[in-house]
Amino acid sequence: MPDKDNQTNQGEADFTPEMNPPDRDLPAPEGEVVQGGGFLRRFLDTPADNTVKTVVVALGLCLVASMVVSAAAVSLRPLQEQNAALDKQVNILQVAGLFEDGTDVAEAFEQFEPHVLELETGEFADGADVEGQLLDPLTFDDRAAAEDLTLSAPLDDDPASIGRQANYVTVYVLRNADGSLDKVVLPVYGYGLWSTLYGFMAIEEDGNTIYGLQFYEHAETPGLGAEVDNPRWKALWRGKELRTEDGDGELAITVAKTPPPQGQEYFVDALSGATLTSRGVDNLVRFWMSERGFEPFLERVRAGDI
Amino acid sequence: MAQTYRTMLVDPMVDNNPITLQVLGICSALAVTSSLQVALVMTIAVTLVTGFASMFISVLRSQIPSSIRIIVQMIIIASLVIVVDQVLKAYAYEISKTLSVFVGLIITNCIVMGRAEAFAMKNPPIASFIDGVGNGLGYGLILMLVGFIRELFGSGSLFGITILQTTNNGGWYVPNGLLLLPPSAFFVIGLLIWAFRSWKPEQVEEREYRIQSVEAH
Repeated sequence: MPDKDNQTNQGEADFTPEMNPPDRDLPAPEGEVVQGGGFLRRFLDTPADNTVKTVVVALGLCLVASMVVSAAAVSLRPLQEQNAALDKQVNILQVAGLFEDGTDVAEAFEQFEPHVLELETGEFADGADVEGQLLDPLTFDDRAAAEDLTLSAPLDDDPASIGRQANYVTVYVLRNADGSLDKVVLPVYGYGLWSTLYGFMAIEEDGNTIYGLQFYEHAETPGLGAEVDNPRWKALWRGKELRTEDGDGELAITVAKTPPPQGQEYFVDALSGATLTSRGVDNLVRFWMSERGFEPFLERVRAGDI
Repeated sequence: MAQTYRTMLVDPMVDNNPITLQVLGICSALAVTSSLQVALVMTIAVTLVTGFASMFISVLRSQIPSSIRIIVQMIIIASLVIVVDQVLKAYAYEISKTLSVFVGLIITNCIVMGRAEAFAMKNPPIASFIDGVGNGLGYGLILMLVGFIRELFGSGSLFGITILQTTNNGGWYVPNGLLLLPPSAFFVIGLLIWAFRSWKPEQVEEREYRIQSVEAH
């Protein structure tokens, strides 16, 4: 292909600006400018290696590129948020074993009763008014609450590395047809190796047996830490128990390389090659299932109050 | 160089393939070929980015100061990649979760940079666009071939549809687990390069050294 504009063969141009002959830094000859006319023409005719032009091109390009990027980000955000919300609902359905390919997510999700839970007391706080903020289970935002100064408190002893813990979270209650409790789905999160893992844990009606654990958002290493998404690993959680003595004893569930002294029913085998992610999952599960997490609520579940 | 638009588009498929001949873009080819669906989305993303990046760089080529030309190219490529990433998150959320970091890593894919520097800086926009698309498709062709082999023999399916019933699901086929791991793509790509060069011997590089016989003293 013939090179149509030979004045700008950048590939063969000087590689170091120092090598440019000094006269290239001068503006184009007067005559040409008059012929072309206009500021833009004059700018385009300036040699590309002119210092002023270098700065102007760099700034202009950055400005245009940042506008394009932010336009895309802003205009697509509603769709992305919708996707993320849908994905969260799908994960809640999956962790409760209600999702199959082709399930109508919105319809299936109707089966859940969302509640805002006050962690400290284990009581539902639906519609409560906390310093002017109405806690509506349908719109309550767990993530925002964890950063809200009036709705959360800083943690001194912080095994899950989450910094602040919200006083209120959204939990999802699933009931059988006769109104008796089937499962509760509890939000859990904590730091792994690279990222905070956000997920849900489904607990059976006895308040002690795990039905499933599933993470819907994390950025762990693909192939190693990201194996927390592996169906075979997730299947290990089903039927495990949180506490000894049917829930009245100590918290025994652990993710580790060897089973704890309490026995196999409290043991989930750690992921090979992902020691730190496994440790993070262990920490976050033990934190959220402890007295500072959902234990007050689970106690009520065990007593049959829910 | 008697290049027409057609040869610009078709050459990078076999005769001048970015993966098998130039051996560029191997990293992402290892990562995204364990399933065909992901490989297809990656192909489309890389083709669009290479095509449009080459076009925009070509439009600006006479205005790009040579001292900052690599940075300028990077900005254009990076902006396009972010836009592609945002669009994927909006319209193909599941796939964007699978592709995770690899869409972002298109920025560092040598093929995009290579075409910008080698072709787009010296050629008009339409030719650059076609050259970019051709190279993206050449990359995609290998991606799809590797993905086909890895998904078929690694998990017994194509595009997620079961072809060989695996023993896990009560069938007869024992899947080759190695093919699901990234290193297997090295073997598959290596074999593909061997096959290509046996078919087209002119692609074989000349040796950098020659073993000479020296007379004994």
